[in-house]
Amino acid sequence: MLLKHTTGLEIDRKALTINPAKTCQPVGAMYAALGIHGCLPHSHGSQGCCSYHRSALSRHFREPVMASTSSFSEGSSVFGGSANLLQSIETIFTVYKPEVIAVHTTCLSETIGDDLNQIISKSKEDGKVPDGKYVIYCNTPSYVGTHVTGYSNQVAALVKFFSTATPKKRNVINLVSGWMEPSDQREIKRLVSVLEARTLMFPDMTDVLDTPLTGTYKMYPDGGTTVNDLKLTGDSKFTLGLGQYCTEDTCIKLENKCKVKFEILDIPIGFKATDRFLMALSRHANVPIPDALTDERGRLLDLISDSSKYLYGKRVALFGDPDTLIPLTEFLVSMDMRPVYIVTGTPGKSFDERMTVILKDIPEAKFMSGEMADMFRLHQWIKQEGVDLLIGNTYGKYIARDENIPLIRYGFPIADRPGHNYFAKTGYAGAANLAVQIISAILDQKDRTCLEEKVEFQQ
Amino acid sequence: MKNEIKETLNMDNFKEEILDLYPKKVGKKRGKSIVLSNPDDIPEIQANVRTVPGIITQRGCTYAGCKGVVLGPTRDIINITHGPIGCGYYSWLTRRNQTRPVSAEDPNFMTYCFSTDMHDSNIVFGGEDKLKQAIREAYELFHPKAIAIFSTCPVGLIGDDVHRVSRQMKEELPGVNIFGFSCEGYRGVSQSAGHHIANNGLFQNLIGRNDEIKGKYKFRVNVLGEYNIGGDAFAIDSLFDKCGIEIVSTMSGNSTIEKFENAHTADLSLVMCHRSINYVAEMLETSFGIPWTKANFIGAEATAKSLRKVGEYFGDQELIDRIEKVIEEEMIPVKEAVEKARTKTVGKTAMLFVGGSRAHHYQELFNELGIQILSAGYEFGHRDDYEGRRVIPTIQMDADSRNIQEITVSQDATRYHPRKTEEELEELKEKGMEFNNYEGMMADMQKGLLVIDDLSHYEMEKLIELYKPDIFCAGVKEKYVVQKMGIPLKQLHNYDSGGPYAAFEGAINFYKDIEMIACSTIFKQLKAPWEREDVVEAQYVFN
Repeated sequence: MLLKHTTGLEIDRKALTINPAKTCQPVGAMYAALGIHGCLPHSHGSQGCCSYHRSALSRHFREPVMASTSSFSEGSSVFGGSANLLQSIETIFTVYKPEVIAVHTTCLSETIGDDLNQIISKSKEDGKVPDGKYVIYCNTPSYVGTHVTGYSNQVAALVKFFSTATPKKRNVINLVSGWMEPSDQREIKRLVSVLEARTLMFPDMTDVLDTPLTGTYKMYPDGGTTVNDLKLTGDSKFTLGLGQYCTEDTCIKLENKCKVKFEILDIPIGFKATDRFLMALSRHANVPIPDALTDERGRLLDLISDSSKYLYGKRVALFGDPDTLIPLTEFLVSMDMRPVYIVTGTPGKSFDERMTVILKDIPEAKFMSGEMADMFRLHQWIKQEGVDLLIGNTYGKYIARDENIPLIRYGFPIADRPGHNYFAKTGYAGAANLAVQIISAILDQKDRTCLEEKVEFQQ
Repeated sequence: MKNEIKETLNMDNFKEEILDLYPKKVGKKRGKSIVLSNPDDIPEIQANVRTVPGIITQRGCTYAGCKGVVLGPTRDIINITHGPIGCGYYSWLTRRNQTRPVSAEDPNFMTYCFSTDMHDSNIVFGGEDKLKQAIREAYELFHPKAIAIFSTCPVGLIGDDVHRVSRQMKEELPGVNIFGFSCEGYRGVSQSAGHHIANNGLFQNLIGRNDEIKGKYKFRVNVLGEYNIGGDAFAIDSLFDKCGIEIVSTMSGNSTIEKFENAHTADLSLVMCHRSINYVAEMLETSFGIPWTKANFIGAEATAKSLRKVGEYFGDQELIDRIEKVIEEEMIPVKEAVEKARTKTVGKTAMLFVGGSRAHHYQELFNELGIQILSAGYEFGHRDDYEGRRVIPTIQMDADSRNIQEITVSQDATRYHPRKTEEELEELKEKGMEFNNYEGMMADMQKGLLVIDDLSHYEMEKLIELYKPDIFCAGVKEKYVVQKMGIPLKQLHNYDSGGPYAAFEGAINFYKDIEMIACSTIFKQLKAPWEREDVVEAQYVFN
């Protein structure tokens, strides 16, 4: 047994997190910053933070993930990291030549109290920031919130530093992307093009973290939202935020700064969330939803209905991030599955509120968010009463093997299977991809474990 | 063959070519970390100094070296990371240290991540109470024999004293060995500081606590600096078992508390990764009289050589004969495998930038495959790892090294006994054995190759662009960068899920994996047909 010390007996834990369903802020900031064209994320702290985050993102995407670090020493921890950041800015613009340096802080620089605004201003005064280049920053103390908070803070910083309202409004809808895969964003952009709507997505990791193999390495890949587009977000006529936890703060800041109104939607995972996304986009972009998409939806429902007997009543345990878990749980319920255990390490009231509504017909369902909502607890619940399916990141494989339940890999990090940045899980096509994975996992498990005479040619 | 390839490349100008781009001061500093090897007159290289802020480095932090590398592979200690959640999270199962509990009851916590998950209130008001409570909860849930506490950056800044908490909790929970590490990420210039801190902690809290002589063989060694990535320690274990040699303790691959406590009952320490564990080797020598010798089980020839050293050290003819017999038997499939692989690998070129020992050790395997090394360097090595331990007295202690605790050990009052007399040691030295010494990487490299410490991203790109190696060896952060350039990267931290690569068995695995890389065709198909050939416009005949 891989997790042999886990039993169903829960104690009242107050201090010890075991097998977390979250990580800390800066990796989220780093990921979001990669969605800006020509941007080098910069970690203002010890080398280890940057190294860990780059490794985690590299393992997950199997793509180059470039970022630099202020390489704090004991001296900088005592005297402050100002000299390190000034040196970093000079070195980076000289050697690595990005358009934008996106600095994020760490628990170290936050505890010291480095004033990034002042340090960056000084680097400009000293002439270390070349004309037309930018140094932006966000505060991402690791001891507040989670990686989701870090993502949100980095995206909000894009508004703070770039969004500009001019008198010339544009007939464009901003799409603020929550934490999803480049494949998911690519699918959303495809839906937009089918609708013939005009949108501007930020951040945008397509063609950054899913680049083709050509034999040529581009330190700054072709993708990513350009600085020019980021500036234009202030002139768009409306904003759709995809995923409340990752985008609400950005939407509010953009409204406050540039008077662009907004609506928060779920990431379009599953047909209901996709329906809502398309209707909102259709309404705000003032374009009809073409029949082609109605057909896509119909094909998805056809697929689900053909296999519904294998889905009905199946008990599912999930862990991950709220913005994903909310629509995903809704999708499972809409396929008559029973999501019974759900944990996220990311705190926030709306997760609990949304889950209460989504799970209202599943009285046995337990969900928990924030501190102590970890995978150890999820596993304890599973020990108390089993499930048919587990959905979560690669760390779930240890539970899956011990309990002999299939695992659908979803979330971050996925370090042991390829394809998540290739095949989307958003939109109707993505939902079909997900449904097929779920059905296949359940049937594979049945085919492997059922009595010989129950092995069916057709199911 | 080797020299032919080398002659076509002139690496003398590399330094000048790349340093220009750096800001002047940075270029001056980097210049000292780039030298051309010369085994006859080993040059001085700058190493173990701070990375210039803003440089994209391979390096990690002190915590990673302490918790991640050295203490991480011990299965029955509960390792609690005291800090915000990230540090514990990223050192959770990411290093492929394999472990094999001997029974269903044998504890194994390596699949778990334990953290105090500090929040802002803990930063403001102190986190010691939360840490104590976390230790209580870990005890209540798991009843471990030992709990280790690892400090992350903010812990040092806010003044939480993990050592005091450990002492207090040890009193509260008698029978549980609880100890802390001040391994805040900012303490050193790389992981290396963390290794040192971990070594001190191992010696102060675990080693030497149980005098019972265990095991079935009378020839007793420790294997130090072997972390069982991909099962390397298992391969070494089974090889030693065939030879009739007892491995008392491996540090720290597949390790347990009991093995550490017993390590001082060995009669020889074999040091694999010199950088990460030489402090323990030295302390075992000083305190208990156990000599250490540098060993290397990466590469078939190196493995044979290291085994023979053990035989020679114990001086037992039966053991020596048995070792020779094992080598003879093991070399049969090795030769077969290497001959097969060499048809595909001879004449290829490689670069290695990894760790604190592997960039040296893996040159053995590449040499066996007839692959020319073009360039190599460590991520967190010191000068002695490049130039040999003879330079240690001349290494200037800088501020970053000074703040790492040095512990002084003295001869153990009752248990110190030199395993060999001075005369015996002299005799062994005359036969060519070396004790308490490491000659460093550059002694084994041919003249004129580029040796670069703490390679930056920019330098890596330039190296590849200028010298186009067939294989590049580094870690996951570099992997996909290099592969986008169409050059396969072999990870030598995690072996790309391969291994074991140690001992004879491992050498065969490595030959096969490199042969596979050499034969892999995917990188040759990157151009679409319409990019490769002149597009011929279709012509139609119309009436």
